[in-house]
Amino acid sequence: MIDTSKAFLLITVMSAVTMLLRFLPFVLFSKSTPKPVLYLGEVLPYSIMAMLVVYCLRNTSVLETPHGLPEAVSVTAVVLLHKWRHNTLLSILGGTFCYMVFVQIIV
Amino acid sequence: MNKKTVKYSFLASLPVMAGYIVLGIGFGILLYDKGYSFWWAILMSVTIYAGSMQYVGVGLLAGGASLISAAIMTLMVNARHLFYGISMVEKYRDTGASKPYLIYALTDETYSLVCDPELPEGVDRKKYYLLVSLMDQSYWVFGSFLGGFLGSALKFNSQGIDFAMTALFVVIFVEQWEKTKQHIPALLGLTLSLICLLIFGPDEFLIPTMLCIPVGLFLLKGRIAKEEEKND
Repeated sequence: MIDTSKAFLLITVMSAVTMLLRFLPFVLFSKSTPKPVLYLGEVLPYSIMAMLVVYCLRNTSVLETPHGLPEAVSVTAVVLLHKWRHNTLLSILGGTFCYMVFVQIIV
Repeated sequence: MNKKTVKYSFLASLPVMAGYIVLGIGFGILLYDKGYSFWWAILMSVTIYAGSMQYVGVGLLAGGASLISAAIMTLMVNARHLFYGISMVEKYRDTGASKPYLIYALTDETYSLVCDPELPEGVDRKKYYLLVSLMDQSYWVFGSFLGGFLGSALKFNSQGIDFAMTALFVVIFVEQWEKTKQHIPALLGLTLSLICLLIFGPDEFLIPTMLCIPVGLFLLKGRIAKEEEKND
C-alpha cells in the first residue's frame, strides 16, 4: 500500500480534474454555445457509451482460453434481461452474477 | 417545496438508486480489497463522485500511480463530462444558488435524468434538478459505504464484481439505442473504439479513440442529419 498522504494527493488530483471537466463548459459557454459544440453535445453521448463498453472489456483476451466467453455471455445476458424487463437493477445484478459465476466457478 | 415534486423526483431516481447502490457496493468492496476502509470509499464518493473513474481510481491507488498519470487517466475517462455540461448550459442557467452543486453532481446517470425530463404539471423543474442530483449522490455514497463496510464484515470472493460497471454501460447503451432510430454515432463509437483497441492496445487506445470519434462525427454529419429526419 502507498502511504496515506500520497493516497490523499491522488484522490485530490482525480477530484480536481473531474470537476474541471464538469465546470469547464459552463464557464466557457456562459454567454452562448457555438453550433459545432451543440452538434457534438447531441451525438457524442451515443459514441461515448459504446467506447465505455469497449473500455470496460479492453483486457478481454480473445486468443487465450476462455476466449472471452464469460464476457460475451454476460454482456448478452445484460442485453437480453434489459430488453425483457427494462429494469436496471435486474439487468446489472443478473449480468454481474452471471459473470462472477463464470470467472469464479466455471473457468 | 411541494410534495408532488419530491415524490416525482424520488420515483424518477429509483433506477439510479438500483444501479448506484450495486455499483457503489462493488466499488467499496474493491477498495476494501486493496486495503482501504469505508472511510476512503466515502471520501472518494464525495470528492470525485464519478463511477467509472472511481473504479479506475482503485487501480491507481493500488498501483501507486504518479500524479501526472492519474491526471491524464482522469482526463481520458471523464472527458465525456464536457459534453454533458455542454448540453446542460441552457437548462441550468437560471438555477441560482444550487447551480454549483448541480454542475458538481452531473454524473452519467444524473445527466440521463435531467437532460430531457418530461415533467408533469405542478412539478418544479429547478427543485427536480436539485432533488434528483442530491438523491443520486446519496445512493452512491451510501452504496460505497456499504461496500467498504461489508467488505470488512464478511469475507466473500468478490472476483468479477467490477463487471457491474460494464453492465451499467451496456444498459445505458441499450436504452440509448432504443431511444433513437439513427444508430450512426453509436456504431461509429463502437467501430472506432475496436479499431483503436486493435492498433494501440488496451493501455493506449482511449486517447486516439477520443480524437477519432469527433472527426468521424463531423465527417458523417450530413448522413446523421438525414437519418434524424427519418426519426421525426
